[in-house]
Amino acid sequence: MAADLRKQAHWVMALSVIAAAVTAVVCPFVGGSGMDYAKLLRQEAPDWNIFLNLRVPRTLLALLTGAALSGAGAMFQAMLRDALATPSSLGVTAAASLGAVSAIAFYPSDDASFPVVWLAALCGAAAVIVLVSALGQARRFSSFTLLLTGIAINGICTAVILLLHSMAGITRSFQITHWLMGGIDAVEYTVLGWLAVAIVPASVWMLRMARVWNVISYGETWAIGRGVDCRKVTWQGFVVGTVLVGTTTAVTGPIGFVGLIVPHLLRKVVGPDYRVLLPASIFGGGAFLVVCDTISRTVLAPVEVPVGVTTALLGGPFFVWLLWAR
Amino acid sequence: MMLRMEGLGYRYGQAAPVLREVSAEVVGPAVIAIVGPNGAGKSTLLDLLAGQKTPWQGTCAVQGKRLDLLRRDELCRLVAHVPQHVPRDVPFTVEEVVLTGRIPYGVGLYESAEDYALMEQALRRTRLEAFRGRRFVSLSGGEQQRVLLAAALCQQAPVLLLDEPSAHLDPENQALLWELFAELKKSGHLVVVVTHHLALAAQNSDRIWLLDRGRLVADGPPGEALEPRRLEEVFHVPFYWHGGDDGRVFLTYGR
Repeated sequence: MAADLRKQAHWVMALSVIAAAVTAVVCPFVGGSGMDYAKLLRQEAPDWNIFLNLRVPRTLLALLTGAALSGAGAMFQAMLRDALATPSSLGVTAAASLGAVSAIAFYPSDDASFPVVWLAALCGAAAVIVLVSALGQARRFSSFTLLLTGIAINGICTAVILLLHSMAGITRSFQITHWLMGGIDAVEYTVLGWLAVAIVPASVWMLRMARVWNVISYGETWAIGRGVDCRKVTWQGFVVGTVLVGTTTAVTGPIGFVGLIVPHLLRKVVGPDYRVLLPASIFGGGAFLVVCDTISRTVLAPVEVPVGVTTALLGGPFFVWLLWAR
Repeated sequence: MMLRMEGLGYRYGQAAPVLREVSAEVVGPAVIAIVGPNGAGKSTLLDLLAGQKTPWQGTCAVQGKRLDLLRRDELCRLVAHVPQHVPRDVPFTVEEVVLTGRIPYGVGLYESAEDYALMEQALRRTRLEAFRGRRFVSLSGGEQQRVLLAAALCQQAPVLLLDEPSAHLDPENQALLWELFAELKKSGHLVVVVTHHLALAAQNSDRIWLLDRGRLVADGPPGEALEPRRLEEVFHVPFYWHGGDDGRVFLTYGR
């Protein structure tokens, strides 16, 4: 049986890595505007520049973001024992959005440059960690308290975002709306490097804790009785999840649905064991968002569909079918 | 000294204590039944021994080690706890649930060959071999209870704490359970069971801890601790001891 599980985990891992790799290799070649592949092969402008500086970084950003959101979603579902938990459940996405929206609304010049918005979004996500840790010092917290706190943070941040939005001028209001729609844009390779520095170690930690997520999904009483320090692990999971969600949200804006639908979809296929489900969710989530982003920028080209719309329209019906077909 | 409790007490926040000044010592393997009316503090006492709750006052130690000074995994190698309420909707198989008992020995990604051998042993002892591949959620309440007990056995702790383990069991399985407790005692375990089945506790345990309104009002062998007049004071119904033809004695109650 041990061999069976190992074999299944290795197979699922290999398949999801292949899926992520194939989408990452193929999708940069697909686009709304035609591409001269001969020029591309000869590395001639403008096709080579478009490929190298726009499509490849965009694909890599989708890969990293999808992996982070889907992995964090799977972990939160175990940690909070809530099937509807998403990367947004703990208020991180809303707080990062509030940070970004504040930067756009209050930046002295009309066009807040992107590093400022990213930094402000990161500060928003970090503020949630500081707030929750301060509350955690004051009294014992459980995953349930964490979830309710997240709902409250979501509500408060959304209210302040609406207030700032309503007070902003037309230009800034448009910028706020655009940021809140979320989306995958081309970024510099250094940004991708920094994102990878945050996402890869956090994902490795999540995977190493897979057996603990399994036992935590039985409930805290059972997990405590099996030697798991639930308070410590919940706190660590919260911080790691915040790093994953905060860093990606800072760069892409809020992208919904990936963290909910991909883990659930894969759970139906590979089962509930986090040793199999987590790697599948991380690589599968990456592949899923790359495909959704490619569809977003090609299906109505030259108009781009927000990637959150594509994730919902593509994943939603398939998820419902899977749910009812089994 | 296998287990020692000194002045153990617990209260929720600033409310009146639900358990106070509970002291007892157990020197060797035994089957101990904790009995008492609803709200007497039985499950709270078990939770304190399992480290699920932090005592408001007093200390407890297993094999000379104070539980409040141990890391959680160290504690769970000494004490295996099966609580009264566990979510019944977990999506794992019987084998996977039983293997959670090996978590205190390390959380590497996969279980070792030894872990699987101990799982097999636990499945055999609880007569669950035929259920090994079944989903936990598809089992009856009694079968689920046996799976949780198997996980506790797989934990290889010298002290087993079981909160109403026979609550969902039919008479045959209740009898088998108490036989298993006797076997575990022979193999060096201390089994502490919270139960409302006073008659079974009287027949099968070595010692009774009778709790009433948070206090340990009797601690001794069943014939001594379950004295009818004391039981009537605690439970507010008359109790009777009966002698059987084969020399066995039975405890009944009722107006």
